[in-house]
Amino acid sequence: MSDKYVAAAYLVVFTAVLVYVVIIGTKLARLEAALAELVERVRARG
Amino acid sequence: MLPPLAVVLFATAISLIFFWVPEDAEDPAQRIFYFHVPIALTAYSCFGWGAWKALRVLGKRDERADVESYVAIHQGTIFGALTLVTGSLWARATWGHWWLWSSRQLVLFLVLFLFYCAYFMLRFSVEPGPRRANLSAVYALFGVVLTPVSFLAIRLAEDFIHPTVFTRDGPQMTASMFTTFCVSLAAMLSLFATFYSIELAGKRIDARIRELREALS
Repeated sequence: MSDKYVAAAYLVVFTAVLVYVVIIGTKLARLEAALAELVERVRARG
Repeated sequence: MLPPLAVVLFATAISLIFFWVPEDAEDPAQRIFYFHVPIALTAYSCFGWGAWKALRVLGKRDERADVESYVAIHQGTIFGALTLVTGSLWARATWGHWWLWSSRQLVLFLVLFLFYCAYFMLRFSVEPGPRRANLSAVYALFGVVLTPVSFLAIRLAEDFIHPTVFTRDGPQMTASMFTTFCVSLAAMLSLFATFYSIELAGKRIDARIRELREALS
């Protein structure tokens, strides 16, 4: 009976970690795109 | 260096929790303890670190410390939410209730958590700059006063519903349980250090990109 609560507790922690990693990954992708755009602008300026 | 360390410690902690440490005969859901308590202690550490950085904002006018304080409190709020959820699941399994309003220590931790949730409302209602940094720092320092109150409430509470494992006589558990607890705590602290450094690096790169954009326009 208590096994499902133990499993749920550990699952919640792992899901939170996973969600955090996905959010950070998305943010890093956005930063990479912004950096690429800035490099293009600098190149266009000569 | 930090991410691999966190992964190794996490894998070790999980192995110890599920394959090595003996099950508590009185409370089969006691295995939640190995994540619940380290998560709660990590949340307190995050709030403490955030307050230390806030002190640097006010004392040394260190601009970088403002972002560091914010990131630490952000991490603390995440760990705080996890403390409430894992604690609630443990309470349901052991006491038969998801939450007990009569238990002062539970309510005090909820107050602490909500206090830090309001930190973000305050911070984002003020324009970025020294005023926002100062207001956020003062709020973070007020919050850290609640941390020892919440921590001590578990010891001073009269209802004795919430278990007290660490007493003046030391940890009330077997050597294997204590070892597993220490590994879990190290895993949680390394997870905080990893997330803190990654989030901080992201915030700093974001600020640099904004500066570059302004310089180019």
